[in-house]
Amino acid sequence: MTATVPMTAALALGDDALVLSHRLGEWAGHAPVLEEEVALANIALDLLGQARVLLSMVGDEDDLAYLREERAFRNLQLVEQPNGDFAHTIARQLYFSTYQHLLYSELAASGGPFAPLAAKAVKEVAYHRDHAEQWTLRLGDGTDESHERMRRACQALWKFTGEPFQPVEGLDAGFSGLETAWLESVGDVLRRATLTLPEGARTGAWSAGAGRQGLHTEPFGRMLAEMQHLHRSHPGAAW
Amino acid sequence: MTNTDWPLWEVFVRSRRGLSHTHAGSLHAPDAEFALRNARDLYTRRGEGVSIWVVPAAAITASSPDEKDPFFEPAADKPYRHPTFYEIPEGVKHL
Amino acid sequence: MTTAAAHRTDPAGAYGEDTAGTAEFERAFDAAVAADERIEPRDWMPDAYRATLVRQIAQHAHSEIIGMQPEANWITRAPSLRRKAILMAKVQDEAGHGLYLYSAAETLGTGRDELLDKLHSGRQKYSSIFNYPTLTWADVGAIGWLVDGAAITNQVPLCRCSYGPYARAMVRICKEESFHQRQGYELLLALSNGTPEQHAMAQDAVDRWWWPSLMMFGPPDDESQHSAQSMAWKIKRRSNDELRQRFVDICVPQAESLGLTLPDPDLRWDEERGHYEFGAIDWTEFWEVLKGNGPCNEERITQRRRAHDEGAWVREAGAAYAVKHTGGTGGARA
Repeated sequence: MTATVPMTAALALGDDALVLSHRLGEWAGHAPVLEEEVALANIALDLLGQARVLLSMVGDEDDLAYLREERAFRNLQLVEQPNGDFAHTIARQLYFSTYQHLLYSELAASGGPFAPLAAKAVKEVAYHRDHAEQWTLRLGDGTDESHERMRRACQALWKFTGEPFQPVEGLDAGFSGLETAWLESVGDVLRRATLTLPEGARTGAWSAGAGRQGLHTEPFGRMLAEMQHLHRSHPGAAW
Repeated sequence: MTNTDWPLWEVFVRSRRGLSHTHAGSLHAPDAEFALRNARDLYTRRGEGVSIWVVPAAAITASSPDEKDPFFEPAADKPYRHPTFYEIPEGVKHL
Repeated sequence: MTTAAAHRTDPAGAYGEDTAGTAEFERAFDAAVAADERIEPRDWMPDAYRATLVRQIAQHAHSEIIGMQPEANWITRAPSLRRKAILMAKVQDEAGHGLYLYSAAETLGTGRDELLDKLHSGRQKYSSIFNYPTLTWADVGAIGWLVDGAAITNQVPLCRCSYGPYARAMVRICKEESFHQRQGYELLLALSNGTPEQHAMAQDAVDRWWWPSLMMFGPPDDESQHSAQSMAWKIKRRSNDELRQRFVDICVPQAESLGLTLPDPDLRWDEERGHYEFGAIDWTEFWEVLKGNGPCNEERITQRRRAHDEGAWVREAGAAYAVKHTGGTGGARA
């Protein structure tokens, strides 16, 4: 099995899930309402489960999660962005889960090495997408304050929304079709939430690339330091 | 703080096909759609259900315990509603 | 139908003047409790019974949600992905258990907002155990084994509590919590059998959590102000000292299997009583932590308040949207 799984693609998908799960895990004990503690944890657990399957396809899940350096992680810059306020977290969820749902739907139907994982995960992700859309509607069309916060959050994360549609080696998906569908879907949700699609560039100007090339934003290094510290302090130990 | 006080919803879960929905508990949500989602996350996170109802707690009309006797006692003296009331000769099947 | 009279509503003080009526209801209530029947939300109940339940259930709910903090403290540093998933699921369960319990308290006519307000302003308490810090990864294991172990010992009898909604919430909670204690034990076992550093980490955690865990059962029976009445009402079904003894008896052999030592030089088997003798508990520490002088009292309540305050705009948005789009269909309990 391992021989047929493209490493770069497995790491890209696995790291997306791992890193976003970690960020959502940071909400534990801080959510705006108790019901949302449960909801965010559910999403985080789904993603962590996906990450474990994906990383295990190409190596030892813990070695990959805990012993790689920052430059070896292949996740999107979008998912590593700090939680910010609840609006930022929801905007990140909306952008990512819409992308992930479209991508996994395609992978599930593809018959490729990721089809079994995608077929299972696509149901989970459909729920994440729904959760993000429901909250986007309520924050966008709630109070003046929530509208403004949601608008700002969508704008702030906009520059990370081009990267998901860059081709990934070994990932057999029609990225330009995905991008069209993504823009349509996100645009529709934002419109119903009385918001508009943000303006401005959707990718950075740095020609070296972004997360998929192992180039991350500064907060990511600190996130990894926290995540990996204990594991690395006890080399070879079992937990 | 009334503007942040989400209303209460009662949650009923059908644990598997063939069974009725049973009261599982309650939760707070701003509206029915979220009540349903919160119920899914809270009351079926270990796979306890196949279907959920949510009902605004305020919409439930309950029999009063005061009326317990008039409501429920008449049923207690109608044993003929129960199959064990009837004596069937031994050996008769499919009844 | 000997206890039918207990199952009556008290329309807001309608019986206040009618002492004969109240006495009749009280007798019927007492009979229902004595017969091990459950009291349900709309039944008549003594004011003090209601107040005791609200206090106890709220304190229990608060403990669940404050109790998320010391463990959530390690989610981002969990040393393996398996442990991380387990810990997230556990902390999530605690939020869920808080929700079940707030629901149970709400059947007594006190809204969650009001209860949270009392928590945030210090008018209602939570279990003092959560005012201790989680300093190492092994603390997550010690909390699972000892703190959850003590909690389960306390909670199992509550599944038969006289108040129906509380008893039902406890049944659900106990069922779900069975994995909490086991994962803690397993975590400590892995450390105890691991490297010398890991073993030391586990021993250090047990040393720090053992005595506070024993304090979780509350003061000795002769000093416990609420115990006697609660026992009579079958809100509480076993005494503090009885439960504490049961817990010690369970833990000693478990510690031996773990290869860890319990930090009590006086611990020994008493053949005659058929129980373990244990050393004196430092009740000064207990009362001091309860008063607010524990290592984390301030931090715990500050974080809780901050999460609530910073979430206010989100809750407002949800409510505003509901009014715009549905006219707000929910409501208070009938």
